[in-house]
Amino acid sequence: MKFDTPATKNPIDRLAVVGHPVDRIDGPLKTTGTARYAYEHHDAVARPAYGYVLGAGIAKGSIHSMDLAAAKAAPGVLAIVTADNAGPLGKGDKNTATLLGGPTIEHYHQAIALVVAETFEQARWAARRIRVDYGPVDGTFDLARAKESASKPASGKPDTAVGDFGNAFAAAPVQLDATYTTPDQSHAMMEPHASTALWDGDTLVIWTSNQMVAWGVADVAKTLGIPKEKVHLMSPFIGGGFGGKLFVRADAVLAALGARAAKRPVKVALPRPLMFNNTTHRPATIQRIRIGATREGRITAIAHESWSGDLPGGKPETAVDQTRLLYAGANRMTAMRLAVLDLAEANAMRAPGEAPGMMALEIAIDEMAEKLGIDPVQFRIANDTQVDPEHPERPFSKRRLVDCLAIGAEKFGWKARNPHPAGTRDGRWLVGFGVAAAFRNNLVTRSGARVRLGKDGVVTVETDMTDIGTGSYTIIAQTAAEMMGVPLHRVVVRLGDSDYPVSSGSGGQWGGNSSTAGVYAACTKLREAVATKLGLPPDADFADGRVRAGSRDVAVADAARNGELVAEDHMEYGDLDKRYQQSTFGAHFVEVRVDAATGETRVKRMLAVCAAGRILNPKTARSQVIGAMTMGVGAALSEHLVVDRYAGFFVNHDLAGYEVPVHADIPHLDVVFLDETDPMSSPMKAKGVAELGICGVAAAIANAIHHATGVRVRDYPVTLDKLIDRLPLLAREEES
Amino acid sequence: MNESDAMNPARREALALGRDMLVGGAAACWAGSPSARAASPRRDAPVMRKLTLRVNGAAQALELDTRTTLLDALREHLHLTGTKKGCDHGQCGACTVIAGGRRINACLSLAVMHDGDEVTTIEGLGKPGHLHPMQAAFVRHDAYQCGYCTPGQICSSVAMLEELRHGIPSHAAADVAAAPAWTPDELRERMSGNICRCGAYSNIIEAITEVAGAQP
Ligand code: FES
Ligand code: FES
Repeated sequence: MKFDTPATKNPIDRLAVVGHPVDRIDGPLKTTGTARYAYEHHDAVARPAYGYVLGAGIAKGSIHSMDLAAAKAAPGVLAIVTADNAGPLGKGDKNTATLLGGPTIEHYHQAIALVVAETFEQARWAARRIRVDYGPVDGTFDLARAKESASKPASGKPDTAVGDFGNAFAAAPVQLDATYTTPDQSHAMMEPHASTALWDGDTLVIWTSNQMVAWGVADVAKTLGIPKEKVHLMSPFIGGGFGGKLFVRADAVLAALGARAAKRPVKVALPRPLMFNNTTHRPATIQRIRIGATREGRITAIAHESWSGDLPGGKPETAVDQTRLLYAGANRMTAMRLAVLDLAEANAMRAPGEAPGMMALEIAIDEMAEKLGIDPVQFRIANDTQVDPEHPERPFSKRRLVDCLAIGAEKFGWKARNPHPAGTRDGRWLVGFGVAAAFRNNLVTRSGARVRLGKDGVVTVETDMTDIGTGSYTIIAQTAAEMMGVPLHRVVVRLGDSDYPVSSGSGGQWGGNSSTAGVYAACTKLREAVATKLGLPPDADFADGRVRAGSRDVAVADAARNGELVAEDHMEYGDLDKRYQQSTFGAHFVEVRVDAATGETRVKRMLAVCAAGRILNPKTARSQVIGAMTMGVGAALSEHLVVDRYAGFFVNHDLAGYEVPVHADIPHLDVVFLDETDPMSSPMKAKGVAELGICGVAAAIANAIHHATGVRVRDYPVTLDKLIDRLPLLAREEES
Repeated sequence: MNESDAMNPARREALALGRDMLVGGAAACWAGSPSARAASPRRDAPVMRKLTLRVNGAAQALELDTRTTLLDALREHLHLTGTKKGCDHGQCGACTVIAGGRRINACLSLAVMHDGDEVTTIEGLGKPGHLHPMQAAFVRHDAYQCGYCTPGQICSSVAMLEELRHGIPSHAAADVAAAPAWTPDELRERMSGNICRCGAYSNIIEAITEVAGAQP
């Protein structure tokens, strides 16, 4: 099915099941520990051997020699895989560095060996007996120092320009020119990258924790040099991904190689301290933003430049993208430059581009509002645009940023905000309000599904879509139930298996809308098959487990009485996303309290208002948004992979050193979804929401801290050491 | 570990050995350092011990390499994979189980330290179709997303409410001598050893509050 004209009324609009806050259908499995993740398939794999990964101890250079003798002699060892003995390996299309290093080492903790043993303890012990003689060479690890050598990236749109930014900025009566930095960040999902692999003849059967099943199949096949048809990849439950499991990683490739070498099923999980330097991360950025405005607060010129780094052949963090679309302004430019850094591979993390881009842009907007003496909510509203500012003939499909800001301000009690920074005190606390816009583009992607109507009337959906905590199982079941007119408990959903039709997968917040649109397409076909079977017209009505047309009223299950009916289709897209700019919008409001003596920041309350098309399930969608807000708190206040600029690695490579928010950091979070449908996005009229939720959060907090303390911090995270020497004098309280 | 454990020399020895091995394992990512030395078969040979765990009410006789953590005994030997491994270092709480009535990080405890102990895992609290009130509250409040931290959150919260009931103080209390208040801040403080990277905290506290209110 092709979606190339705006959606009109369709069966989803009935909203008998879709749009309701139903509990997750996989909830009973997840809350009882019966959902099986990649390392836990004891039912299917009787006696797996255990693989333990050894990571490189240098950041750049080569391995002169590896002495495996002691490790091989260690008890229980079945095989040791290294680049020397693994045979020729390719590199996955989505990987920047190779997954098994040696003799060349591209980054610290790049995998260089897998020890396979009877038990986990034996594999771990033997891995420690491997002696490696390295030939280290100097590398580049510091973005600030590499900035001058950064060049125009080969992909994407490194430079954009409309009007004459230079002159317009120079002529603007009010100007801002500020530079912001965001640090390297880690996905730090709770389930480590893990895989269980076995060989069935020349077919690789692999359970792996991966967001994108079809990409995974392709890259496992390419890396191992086997046909795609010989890879059966399954990823039914995934313990979090956030972009960190978009790509095949060392655990999958090494489990496959280990199983081949040991002639046994092998399972491999990356040890937590290896994950931070072995896998991908969100790269640090340096961002310069210039804004020129009239005294009345109309933006006339806006420029956003960003620098980031990656391994050779890598990509830039597209931190300037939202600035091309978010605010009006006749004269504008953006630029991205990419430096070569020898840290681990930089890649997508929740809202790549926009998340760090909004961290900078939305502080800049706050600074500009302050310079102008305009309320920051009003300043944003005044510079709204309903068309793509670079192509004014191209409207947004739906854009309710102004509503998000206005409704949010009302609900949050923004009116009570003291217009003067550092002006509100509550005992030992400095109190501050902060706001930021939220913005994330909506992407639509081809997605397929197969739907079965069983003799028992049960509808079964099969698609290689994944559920990484997003609620895919549930919204897909809701979609199928709505389309086939059956209750939710009569739908079975099977996901994450390469035997099923290729889906959008989970990434870029495209999964919810795209995968359900694929199910919509397959169900449309199944409805036709059912109608034909029952001798009813194709426009028959499906509801309450019945199919009705004219005076006929038949149970839907009757169509399958003599045998299961199966339909398969996919949704693909025309050019509606070219003709209309499709984006999601929101506003974040935050109240913080900063300890007047120590500079410690506590988040008191947070509100997100989102306009993101139809919300397929308000319960799971809200969870996506509060989860993103929570990650935004981490980005604002604590998350920072600290680079050892001499040895070339992230120093704080575990969950004690890399500080993600914990319970005590997060208050009750409020989320409001505006009632909206977007007929340009798909027949579901939905858009993504999981990444929108993080965009702008950190800036809203940084702005609130500025409002509380009067201190403007432009370098994330906003830790107390960046505040403490500039806090308002404690004495002031006594003086007044 | 209780007093009688400390008095048991065999167990002390096992502990010391286990600790040494764990440190070695954690440092393996630095391998290639000069500290790696030739294998000595005597030292390499796994030390095996027989033990019995009472898991979710059933006695489980095991013979384990003494380096085996309680977490791996549950997951890899008893195939009770509901208890999760998030870090293996006591930093995330995904492995929380209830041993002898107290919540512990199963990754920081060797199985041999629990010979004869009563251990409750997520599988022992409830099953699909027969959920424990806390499991049901988690479903109702959508107090999870990927589900990987969830068994740990649930085991932790069930044991945590017992701690509150017994008046065990926390950092959040203004007066450690007074009976702890059942406030959201108190719950948040006490649950902070259980990381949820999906960020379900707001919902988790609401689920726990509901269960706490139902059984004061
Ligand atoms: S796995 Fe035990 S605390 Fe993380
Ligand atoms: S639900 Fe995913 S980490 Fe908590």
